[in-house]
Amino acid sequence: MKKKMLSLVLAGAMTAAMLTGCGSSASTGTNDASAETAEDASATEDTAATEESAETTESTESNGATFKIGGIGPLTGGAAVYGIAAMNGSQIAVDEINEAGGINGMTVELNFQDDELDAEKSVNAYNALKDWGAQVLDGCVTSACSIAVSAKTAEDQMFQITPSGSAVECVANDNAFRICFSDPNQGSASAQYIGENGLASKVAVIYDSSDVYSSGIYEKFAAEAANQSIEIVSAGAFTADNKTDFSVQLQQAKDAGAELVFLPIYYTEASLILTQAADMGFDVDFFGCDGLDGILNVENFDTSLAEGVMLLTPFAADATDDLTVQFVTTYKEKYGETPNQFAADGYDTVYTIKAAAEKAGITADMSNEEICAALTAAMTEITVDGLTGEGITWDASGEPTKAPKAVVIKDGVYTAM
Amino acid sequence: MNTAVHFTAASETIVWRIGMSFVAHLINGISLGSVYALIALGYTMVYGIAKMLNFAHGDVIMIGGYVVFVTVSGMGLNPLASIIISMAVCTVLGVTIERVAYRPLRGASPLAVLITAIGVSYFLQNVALLVFGSDTKAFTNVVTLPNLELFDGQLVIKSVTIVTVIVSIIIMVGLSLFVKKTKIGRAMTAVSEDKGAAQLMGINVNGTIAVTFAIGSSLAAVAGVLLCSAYPSLTPYTGSMPGIKAFVAAVFGGIGSIPGAFIGGILLGVIENLSKAYISSQLADAIVFSILIIVLLVKPTGLLGKKIQEKV
Repeated sequence: MKKKMLSLVLAGAMTAAMLTGCGSSASTGTNDASAETAEDASATEDTAATEESAETTESTESNGATFKIGGIGPLTGGAAVYGIAAMNGSQIAVDEINEAGGINGMTVELNFQDDELDAEKSVNAYNALKDWGAQVLDGCVTSACSIAVSAKTAEDQMFQITPSGSAVECVANDNAFRICFSDPNQGSASAQYIGENGLASKVAVIYDSSDVYSSGIYEKFAAEAANQSIEIVSAGAFTADNKTDFSVQLQQAKDAGAELVFLPIYYTEASLILTQAADMGFDVDFFGCDGLDGILNVENFDTSLAEGVMLLTPFAADATDDLTVQFVTTYKEKYGETPNQFAADGYDTVYTIKAAAEKAGITADMSNEEICAALTAAMTEITVDGLTGEGITWDASGEPTKAPKAVVIKDGVYTAM
Repeated sequence: MNTAVHFTAASETIVWRIGMSFVAHLINGISLGSVYALIALGYTMVYGIAKMLNFAHGDVIMIGGYVVFVTVSGMGLNPLASIIISMAVCTVLGVTIERVAYRPLRGASPLAVLITAIGVSYFLQNVALLVFGSDTKAFTNVVTLPNLELFDGQLVIKSVTIVTVIVSIIIMVGLSLFVKKTKIGRAMTAVSEDKGAAQLMGINVNGTIAVTFAIGSSLAAVAGVLLCSAYPSLTPYTGSMPGIKAFVAAVFGGIGSIPGAFIGGILLGVIENLSKAYISSQLADAIVFSILIIVLLVKPTGLLGKKIQEKV
């Protein structure tokens, strides 16, 4: 009996040791991450500082009223790339607008706050922006933060437009709109793109049924495929526990005579699928959504396998239209790198706010509630030609309607189609 | 008349195509199963002799994979040399784990040892997470032989599949002979039957168990290389799911039995792949694990397991 007790205690102690073991290693992980972000932070501070000085000079130049746009996104931490890009893109738009005389004669001011990809900090950032006197919100850049803040903006009746929050719930409230496609809407957009461009009529799908992003896109894709006379010849699901062996799904696609395989999944699994398809001699086209963005950076992945892979993305930096060329040139001049889709989303967000504000005739003496009501009404009436799509329109749900754009991987780089 | 001929021709091609895809699924299943078999051999070896479930086995496989990844992709070593390095590293790792974590618990209840094994498994995963990070590494296939193409490329058998099957057969036969014929092997059998009596006969029990772990872990390195070559993705969690499935395979074949582990592994892989193909790709795991339950209910000793009479 005593022995049994002892072994039970031992067992308990070991479980505890095991748990603390996990805990401590996890926290070291975060330390690592914060160390990395420290570097990012110093980089951002520099850019932020230059921007602030730029803003102050502008506001002293024009003595008219100002229109204050608050922005929120991760400027430090793991997703800093997204936040900084959206901030820079927004800033370029603001500068251009001010140069051209502002919105309804008002000078635009942008104050972009860091949320470190943390929903709670995002709400804090929002409160700080309210104190600053923000009249509309450009944010948040990421979905979870956007959802957290949208509860507050709905309460305060502050007009909100997220550049890149793609989760369905981001625009659940009447006052919230978005620039990017929602996650599931990428599915219908993909089906449209494949159908309208005649890429294939027999399509196989391989998706992750344990992931809401992937299965959401698949459902919308399947619904829209019927309208585009696309036949889904096989739909192979996999789950998070089973994501290394795709031989069955690929074999089914091959047997069913698929001309194109649609991959509404993330790039890690996609890289395996490409490798295994090549191994089994299955030569077929692949088409994916924004989750495939990053496939060229998988360590040790033979990127020649990704040649010809198409993916739906709102923005291709090498597109040759005037707007893109001008934006990319300005961005490279100011920030020294090629803008990504988040930069384009940020840019379009500011121009959308401008279009709606002009439509609604916003003036400096209006309260935030009045601005919100006026902009919400105006949003459904405007059409915006932006970097991420031509003739973008919105309905009251907050979802944008625009023609999908796609890029193809050619010679190891994303190329506009 | 003519239509009838056409009809038979058409139906023949359909039958041919269905048959071909069945064979393809079967071969993919054998490919998966031979990896399970290799891992299950390590499980069953340790269980058969030390009478403990080494749940860290799957994670030793993962470490073996990382060693090859680092030496081949990072240092540009010859794949064969890197496999030998990987086997050496895993052998040392296995013996160390046994010495540090399991030997102090030799007299403790099996539950305590089992929980320690789970702890070691988490420990290895987290160490790998710290050292290599969480992003997936694309593994370079070390088997560079050409694939076998049959019927004008309608059926492709990957060379890594052939190599894995051959390697697991060689290892199975080798292990069986080793346990039956060599002095250390017979000492292992003695230890597995009765530790106390074996010690009285002058067998070094701790030494024998350490050798068992050394062999089991070096097999894990081989399994790791072949697993990652067949499914070229390497994360700190690469070993855990195949490890658990291989455990099911070992139980299915009769845990403790070396040929049983091989047969159990192959059968499990085939069952998993065929149920993915013909029943549901999402239910495949559920089917695999319900096999474990059914085996435990109907034939607890597995296909080839021996029924051991408990001494009263």
